[in-house]
Amino acid sequence: MLRLGIDVGGTNTDAVLIDGNRVLAATKAPTSPDVTTGIVTAIAGLKQAAEFDPAAVAAVMIGTTHFINALVEGDRLAPTAAIRFGLPATSALPPLVDWPDRLRTAIGEHSHLCHGGHEYDGSRIADFDEREFRAVLERAVEAGARSFALSSVFSPVNAEFEQRAAEIIAEELPGRPISLSHEIGRMGLLGRENATVINAALRELAEHVAAGLTRTVAEAGISAPLFLSQNDGTLMDVDYARRYPVATFASGPTNSMRGAAFLSRQADCAVMDVGGTTTDVGILQNGFPREASTDVSVAGVQTNFRMPDVLSVGIGGGSHVTHEGGPRVGPKSVGSRLTERALVFGGDQLTATDLAVAAGLADIGDRDRVAHLGKDLVRAGLDHIAERMAEVVDRMRISPDPVPVVAVGGGSILVPDRLAGASRVDRPEHYAVANAIGAAIAEVGGEVDRVFSVQPGRRDAVLDEARQEAVDRTVAAGARPGSVRVVDIEEVPLAYLPGNATRVRVKAVGELSLGDSLGELGDNDA
Amino acid sequence: MREITVDDLPDMARGAAVLGTGGGGDPYIGRLLAQQSIRRNGPVTLVDADEVPDDAVVIPTAFMGAPTVMLEKLPAGTELTAALRALENLIGRRATHTVSIEAGGLNSMIPFSAAAELGLPLVDADGMGRAFPELQMLLPTLGGVSATPMALADERGNNVSLRTLDNSWAERFARSATIEMGCSAAVSLYVLTGRQLKDLMVHGTITLCRRIGAAIREAHERHADPVAAAAGELGGRTVFQGKLVDVRRTTEGGFARGHAVLDGLGTDLGGRMDVSFQNENLVAERDGTVVASVPDLICVLDTDTGEPVTTETLRYGLRVSVVVAPCDPRWRTPEGLALAGPGYFGYDHAYVPV
Repeated sequence: MLRLGIDVGGTNTDAVLIDGNRVLAATKAPTSPDVTTGIVTAIAGLKQAAEFDPAAVAAVMIGTTHFINALVEGDRLAPTAAIRFGLPATSALPPLVDWPDRLRTAIGEHSHLCHGGHEYDGSRIADFDEREFRAVLERAVEAGARSFALSSVFSPVNAEFEQRAAEIIAEELPGRPISLSHEIGRMGLLGRENATVINAALRELAEHVAAGLTRTVAEAGISAPLFLSQNDGTLMDVDYARRYPVATFASGPTNSMRGAAFLSRQADCAVMDVGGTTTDVGILQNGFPREASTDVSVAGVQTNFRMPDVLSVGIGGGSHVTHEGGPRVGPKSVGSRLTERALVFGGDQLTATDLAVAAGLADIGDRDRVAHLGKDLVRAGLDHIAERMAEVVDRMRISPDPVPVVAVGGGSILVPDRLAGASRVDRPEHYAVANAIGAAIAEVGGEVDRVFSVQPGRRDAVLDEARQEAVDRTVAAGARPGSVRVVDIEEVPLAYLPGNATRVRVKAVGELSLGDSLGELGDNDA
Repeated sequence: MREITVDDLPDMARGAAVLGTGGGGDPYIGRLLAQQSIRRNGPVTLVDADEVPDDAVVIPTAFMGAPTVMLEKLPAGTELTAALRALENLIGRRATHTVSIEAGGLNSMIPFSAAAELGLPLVDADGMGRAFPELQMLLPTLGGVSATPMALADERGNNVSLRTLDNSWAERFARSATIEMGCSAAVSLYVLTGRQLKDLMVHGTITLCRRIGAAIREAHERHADPVAAAAGELGGRTVFQGKLVDVRRTTEGGFARGHAVLDGLGTDLGGRMDVSFQNENLVAERDGTVVASVPDLICVLDTDTGEPVTTETLRYGLRVSVVVAPCDPRWRTPEGLALAGPGYFGYDHAYVPV
């Protein structure tokens, strides 16, 4: 069963062809402004590297930074009406309140409030006022809004206001994109609403990109279904991606970590990505990246997305090496100018790469140019690098037991074979296309994040209920029933609320349901 | 006396979260409220406690309720003014100043919004020098000031006034009314004369928030140690650096209680610290020995960034440092300890000053 994984990054478009656990071929092509040309080139490259029948491809998975880039650039965004149900509450901080001026202008500054929303206990703050909503809608459309973001207070508990308003828009303005906050974000109104507005602003672009991707893949002779990777490392089909482009935002780092781990057959490990200037370390648990605890600001907008928890240290292949008293490596680096500045390339800056070449760990540039370096200096420098790297792994570890370390990236030659705190160090092949591999191996996920009232003695029943709901959502999202497993449960009792209110978050994943042959998607966990 | 603009708010909010010692509510919403009010009405005048005339009428403003609800059901913006005006009507006098009752967390920022909306000067002081979970836990309670008459207001236009036997009753009735208001209400209480304010409140805590916040930001920017910078401004010290290996939580009587276990890193390698909390951090034990307890301040900060970590966001794997700092000396008296010492929170060990 063949899977095609494609990663459309800012610079390169990578493609890999995978059969079960084997990488059959991998290519890189420059990313084109229209996205699709780069993909065509990458697929052509794959065909050259490995003869395969396009009709035999069972699924195509694409990871892309296209949508987050559009937001960062404030470009190609649809004029969007942000409409919130919450009056008489919430008016002190209307929609778009903390947005950077540039982005607020880019989406047309349509911020509206209507009566409605719910209290923490599910009762209404105010009833739905249809006349009021229709008037707001009319004003927004007259002002030029083409996409609609609807939010409502406590909609993760009760979404009736968002749903009713969506029905009215669908009736009045058939075909116009509508984004609902309870389908997009978590508890915390502003973060959820902001993510919803971002999603709405990207809907027209998503329509365009999804159509382009579908056409491109079909033109390559591939009739398999098309999927996009989401922030949490799971998949959405192309139709879902049209509606939820915001769910692609953090897929880059997630795919890269999952791809690296897959290549070394690990589900619980530390992934160490050594670049030119820094080493970034993340932790994979149950095959998924551990998430950072803090909210993330995207292009200056506060959202409640969760991003992978990554710790960086200023050591990479291009790091400056000095030796006064003891060895010092980084944080200064020659960065992308390694091939001009490093000693092995005829430059005059001693770098970490020079140490690796002098010690015989790598064979790049001209080895003779570092022959003069003292053995002691080389040894001390590399030991210092190993110590600093071990420290980062140690700080990321979540138990005293040693963890397997997977080293990837151009500077991974600097990672020693034995690292304190690591049970082993793997340096998998094909790490340069880890992102595309991460996309290719992705599964389907489902999540619940809600406040439950936990009566005494009912905790297990509530957790079971949440667990079942997450499993059901995963199946609804396209997972094969029976393959679904819960990968994360979080329970936080909330202060000062009556009835032992507890926020419960459950995440489940399962194999993509495409017929029997896809059973092997889960092999990387073995 | 100085003017506070929106540019001062981010540092203040960060410092307020440090004084929140894990609780007090996330100042982010408070900062946005203050920012909107100042943008509409102009800068807020911050006056030193010493500048306030003895016969001034000082009326504090605050939000009461569940912090998680406040992140979802945002305020209308009219509640604070309504609560303060209702209290003015009860006492038959107009406020000349407003002030914070709680410098830790959300309620450090709330009075900025009230001051901007009402055109009142804000006094650089607060009633705790930190955050506490209950409204009678204020130094003016020790000085015999009544929390009531008190007014609560919601976004619908309801307001409730209370006159109670003592400040603990005020807490009980106010809590019930807040739940009916959707677990979030604006309150105005503890009417003080200028003289009482000077004698009973903690001076300079709003500018202390700003200094702590700025010290953390600047240290982080120049790659210095932001935790040490925060400890320096607090007059405290770092007692532990570690990694969070376990968090256990329970809810008792509406309060989120629990404890976090840290395994030592760096110079604390091999050591273990246990931090107990009830909304705020209450007791820190190192290898079984109490090293700090309420009412002293126990602040959990991110080791890399110095950013304060609230008890609701404590998660397995976080790398944090524990900074302890002395509370206002009046909390260390027998009366102060009876009101907010370890015994009040159900701990049987004696108070160990840091």
